[in-house]
Amino acid sequence: MSGQMDSRVTEVSGRALPMVGDDIDTDRIMPARFLKAVSFDGLEAHVFEDDRRAARDRGATHPFDDARYQGASVLVTGRNFGCGSSREHAPQGIARWGIRAVVGVSFAEIFFSNATSLGVACVSMAPAEASELARIVERAPETVVTVDLSAQQVRAGAREWAVSMPAAARQALMAGSWDATTMLTADFDAVRATAARLPYITGF
Amino acid sequence: MGTTLLKKVWDLHTVRRLPTGQTQLLIGLHLVHEVTSPQAFDMLRLHGRGVAFPDRTWATVDHIVPTDGQSRPFRDQMAERMTAVLERNCREFGIPLFDLSSADMGIVHVIGPELGLTQPGMTIACGDSHTSTHGAFGSIAFGIGTSQVRDVLASQSLAMESLKVRRVDITGTLGRGVYAKDVALASIRRLGVNGGVGFAYEYGGAVVDRMSMEERMTLCNMSIEGGARVGYINPDATTFEYLRGRRFAPAGSAFDRACAWWRSMSSDADATYDDRIALDGSSMAPMVTWGTNPGQSVTVEERVPSPEDEAPGHRQAVEEALAYMGLEPRRPIAGTRIDVAFIGSCTNGRLSDLRAAASVLKGRRVARHVRALAVPGSRRVGKAAEAEGLHEIFREAGFEWREAGCSMCLAMNSDRLNGRELCASSSNRNFKGRQGSPTGRTALMSPAMVAAAAVAGEIVDVRTMLPGGEGGVVEVTTTLLGGEGV
Repeated sequence: MSGQMDSRVTEVSGRALPMVGDDIDTDRIMPARFLKAVSFDGLEAHVFEDDRRAARDRGATHPFDDARYQGASVLVTGRNFGCGSSREHAPQGIARWGIRAVVGVSFAEIFFSNATSLGVACVSMAPAEASELARIVERAPETVVTVDLSAQQVRAGAREWAVSMPAAARQALMAGSWDATTMLTADFDAVRATAARLPYITGF
Repeated sequence: MGTTLLKKVWDLHTVRRLPTGQTQLLIGLHLVHEVTSPQAFDMLRLHGRGVAFPDRTWATVDHIVPTDGQSRPFRDQMAERMTAVLERNCREFGIPLFDLSSADMGIVHVIGPELGLTQPGMTIACGDSHTSTHGAFGSIAFGIGTSQVRDVLASQSLAMESLKVRRVDITGTLGRGVYAKDVALASIRRLGVNGGVGFAYEYGGAVVDRMSMEERMTLCNMSIEGGARVGYINPDATTFEYLRGRRFAPAGSAFDRACAWWRSMSSDADATYDDRIALDGSSMAPMVTWGTNPGQSVTVEERVPSPEDEAPGHRQAVEEALAYMGLEPRRPIAGTRIDVAFIGSCTNGRLSDLRAAASVLKGRRVARHVRALAVPGSRRVGKAAEAEGLHEIFREAGFEWREAGCSMCLAMNSDRLNGRELCASSSNRNFKGRQGSPTGRTALMSPAMVAAAAVAGEIVDVRTMLPGGEGGVVEVTTTLLGGEGV
C-alpha cells in the first residue's frame, strides 16, 4: 500500500486553476448530497457543483468549468482552505478531477490530513504571494506551475516563491509513505503494549 | 512546571515515533457511522486486513436516517443501502452497532456520552469533524477522514503531529438568555474561523466551571468551527456525576478508582500553555450569524456589518456573504424574517436544549409562515423529553416533533430547506447550501433563540420572551429548568 517508488511525491508540475477566496469549506467543495454513496467513484463530476451552478446562473464561468483550466493539476487558493466538515469526499473529488497539489495561504487541519492521506500535497505561501500566483494563472492559464517539495518552492514562469509544509507530511509524501496503514500496522506489539497501560481498557 | 491534559493524554497514548517524525497515537475509542465508513471497510477487505480492536469500536447510524418514520426499509433507497452496508460491515468485523432497532440509536456525539462510552483521559476518533464534542469530558477527541478511519480500524492508531494548547478562559457569569452556544459563537467571532488551526482549545474559567456537561458539549462541539480540531475541558465533579451509573462507565469501587485516575489526567494548576486568552462571559449576549461561516456573527442587539467598514482584505468576503444571505448592510439583525426553524443536531439536540426551547414555546404559537422542526439528538433524548411532556409543548406550539438523527443540520435525509428559505437553526454550520438547498440560508443561534424566532417569525431577542422579560408571562415549571440531562 505504500513505500513503493511510484508513490513518492516530490514534485507536481502542470497548469494551475485559481480558486480565489478564504475559508472555502468542504460543503462547498462537495455538497452533502454527494456523500450518499458507498464509494468515492464519480465524485470528480461534482466538485464545487453548487458553486458552479450559481456562477452559471449569474452568467459567469466558474474556474472548474473554464476551458482554460481544464487538465490543471495544481489548485491555487487562499486562507483556511477545506474548513468545516471532515468529509474526505472533498479531497477525493478534487484529486479524482486531476489536482495533485494545492497551493494556499493555509489549510484546515482535517482537510490537510485527508489530502495528505491521498498523496495530494498542500503547501502554504504568504497571502500576497498566493494572490500574485493566482493573478499570473488568471492572466496566462498556460503557465506551468511547479510545486517542488524537496526545494520547498513553487515556481511559475520566471517567478519562484518559498513555500512551507509541516515536516512530517512533507517527509511522508517524499518518502511515499503517505498511505499510513502499512506504517501503523508495522509494530502491532507496540500498539498492544500501549493499550495494556490504559486503565480504561484493562479495567479500573 | 505543570503539564496540560493534552500532553498527559498524548504521552500516555504514544505508541512510538514514526519514521516520518509523526507520533503513532493509540485511539482508545473509535466511533463509526454510515457516511464516512463504507469505503474504509472496503479498503480493509481489499488488502485482507481485519479490525484491530473491535471491542474499542462502536457504530451507529445517524446522518442519513429519516426522522419522519424510521421503519425499514427506508423509502430512500440509497439511505437504505448505506444502512444495510454498515450493518453488514459491523457483522463481518464484529463491531457493536446501535442500529435502527436499538433504543440507544442516535447522533454519534450524543450517544457516546449518554452511554458512558466517552470518558476522561481517552483518545477518541470518529469520521466526523464534530468529534471535538467529546472533549467536554477531558478526552482528546478529533475528527478524521475516511482514509484515517481505515487506519484506526486496521491499527487502532493514527499518525499525528503534536498540537499546541491555547487556554480559553470564559470569566464572569452568563446573563439570562445567554447559553453555551452564545459562548461558542462569541469565541469564534473573536478568535476567527481559522484561529484554532494547530491548537487544541482548553476551555476553563468561572463560566465553564459552572456549565452542565451538556453545555460543555455544545462549547467543545463548536471548537472545529474555530479551526481547532480538538477542544477540551478538564474533568471535575460535574463530569464524574454525569458519568456515574451510565451503561459503559465503571461501576462500584471501580468508579471511585476511575475518578481518581480521571482527576490525575487534568491539567496541573501551574500548567504552561502556548497561548492564553480570556473572554468576559458577563458581557456576552445572544448571538446570531449573519453570514456564511460561523465566525460571521453579531449579538442580537447589533447591526449587520457593512463591507465599507471592513479592512480591504475582508471587504469582498463580507460583500459576498451579505449578497448570498440577502441582508442589507447596517440593518439590525433582529427583525430578519425567517422561513424555517430547526432545533436539533450534535451541537444542540440534547435534553437541556429541548427544555430551553420548550420554556420559550410554552403557551405560544409558531408564526403562520414558519415551518418548525424539533429533532432529538438521540432516541434516549427523545424518550426523556417525552417523559417530561416536552413533545406536547413543541406540538402545541406548531413544531413537528421528529425522531432522532442529524436531520436538517446537513440535510442528508429529506429534512431540508427549499430554494432561498432562511432557517433559524441550532446547528453548527451556516455554510452556503449546508441545509440542503444550494441557495438556502442559515442563521445559527441557541435553541432558545430559535424558538423565539419561530414564534416571532423573525429574529428576535429571546430575553424579551423569558420569564421576567418584557414580553409577558411564560409559565415555566421547575422540572422544565431543573436537573441534568438523561
